[in-house]
Amino acid sequence: MSDSYGVITKVKQKKISELLIQDKRLDGRGLEDYRDIKVETGLIERAAGSARVSLGKTKVMVGVKVETGAPFPDTPEEGVLTVNVELVPLASPTFEPGAPNEDSIELARVVDRGIRESKAIDTKNLCIIPKKKVFVVFVDIYVLDHDGNLFDSSALASILALATSKMKDYTVDEETGELEYKSNEISLPIQNYPIEVTMAKIDDKLLVDPSLDEEDVIDAQITIAIGKNDEICAIQKSRPGAFTVDEISQAVTLATKKAKELRERFLNGGKDE
Amino acid sequence: MEPEKKYELINEQGLRLDNRKFDDLRPIKIDVGVLERANGSAYIEWGKNKILVAVYGPRDAHPRHLALEDRTLFRCRYHMAPFSTEERKNPAPSRREVELSKVIRESLEPVVFTELYPRTGIDVFIEVLESEGGTRCASITAASLALADAGIPIRDMVVACAAGKVNGQVVLDLSDIEDQKGDADLPVAIIPRTGEVTLLQMDGNLTREEFDKALNLAIEGCKKIYAMQKEALKKKYVEAKEDVEAEAEEAAGEADKE
Repeated sequence: MSDSYGVITKVKQKKISELLIQDKRLDGRGLEDYRDIKVETGLIERAAGSARVSLGKTKVMVGVKVETGAPFPDTPEEGVLTVNVELVPLASPTFEPGAPNEDSIELARVVDRGIRESKAIDTKNLCIIPKKKVFVVFVDIYVLDHDGNLFDSSALASILALATSKMKDYTVDEETGELEYKSNEISLPIQNYPIEVTMAKIDDKLLVDPSLDEEDVIDAQITIAIGKNDEICAIQKSRPGAFTVDEISQAVTLATKKAKELRERFLNGGKDE
Repeated sequence: MEPEKKYELINEQGLRLDNRKFDDLRPIKIDVGVLERANGSAYIEWGKNKILVAVYGPRDAHPRHLALEDRTLFRCRYHMAPFSTEERKNPAPSRREVELSKVIRESLEPVVFTELYPRTGIDVFIEVLESEGGTRCASITAASLALADAGIPIRDMVVACAAGKVNGQVVLDLSDIEDQKGDADLPVAIIPRTGEVTLLQMDGNLTREEFDKALNLAIEGCKKIYAMQKEALKKKYVEAKEDVEAEAEEAAGEADKE
């Protein structure tokens, strides 16, 4: 919440509602428009992959690190994906240092679900020694400036960072099980390019990519992750509020369309490069 | 790459591992008003899920500084007992429990008249004693009853049920193993009176057609459970009435003797 006394929010709410009657928004966008999106990749040399996404004034950076570790007992032949979100205090007056709160946990888990359920990473390809040693892919999301819609900006930065990640090629010493790294680099095994699309419901209208001003007055919100074959991979309804079945249907149609557009623009349409 | 071997969850007769058809629910048993100290409570058994819900409030918001000027502070805590899962669950709240607490709260809040109790707090405590898949839906269903039992004004009882995809087929009310080995899970909560959806999550892989089918199936499931929910709420008062009547009869009988 940008306004702790609620007065500005009430004024904004009125203005947002007035504009919505004509399908207009505070910043001049149409209901289905994203704010300007800028992406950069390969910014952090020490990371396997990195990306910075600006969605309007929202800025998110993602770094990918790849390390070795033990697999989960129920998937002994698969690598491990770990998604973490830091809502660092420099990004908003409402973010406080300390343990992750429910907002950052939800954000991390929804981004995780999009990547995991779309099988974006071929985790079977990250197994080194079954039951013993696999690659662990850490996706660390760093929110730098919070001006709304952290879900879509974080998800886009995450898949961009993963898709551009490089790790050293390796061989495994059969006796010791130790890795011997070679001089060349290989890409991570990426096989799907999920895009998350968030829509807000305000006054019974659906708005794509809510800004912070809009988030302050939202009734309910829905985030839908769509894979490269238009399949639905993950959904999260969020915020206290409700959707009708018709609105959900509209949201799925809209998400499918917007996901395709973003994938064309930033991920080569999901075709492996 | 050879195709992955599918885990057999539906047999040739179209029956699932626990002999259910695609649109069958697991057995559900609900009791209302099961705890002494809480303002409202409910207990649900849904398949092997066993969940106890207590509602406290409206009462002083605690800690004080969290109190809201225009409405009650509505909170939910979803928590799993260490013995509720196959491997012991560490009792400290996991990231999953934190997220579920949030989405469950957000699924219930739309029906609560929060504006009637400014500066107070209402707490919903959910303890999963045993889990077998679908605990969030069972929790929401029982929590609505506990709210009603506490006498908190609500617009309707929220009711929840999941649908999903198993062996390529859309089915109702996934069990634990169907959730783990299946292709998709879609938990849904609705306000039956308006048909609005207050919880919607999904993970897995669904085409648009499958999604529409699963959403409809889940909503149909919700409606069946809504009937059981109302029955459970009535049962408490019918039983109380019968107890009172029996006592009155006894008293009358003794009076006759004298």
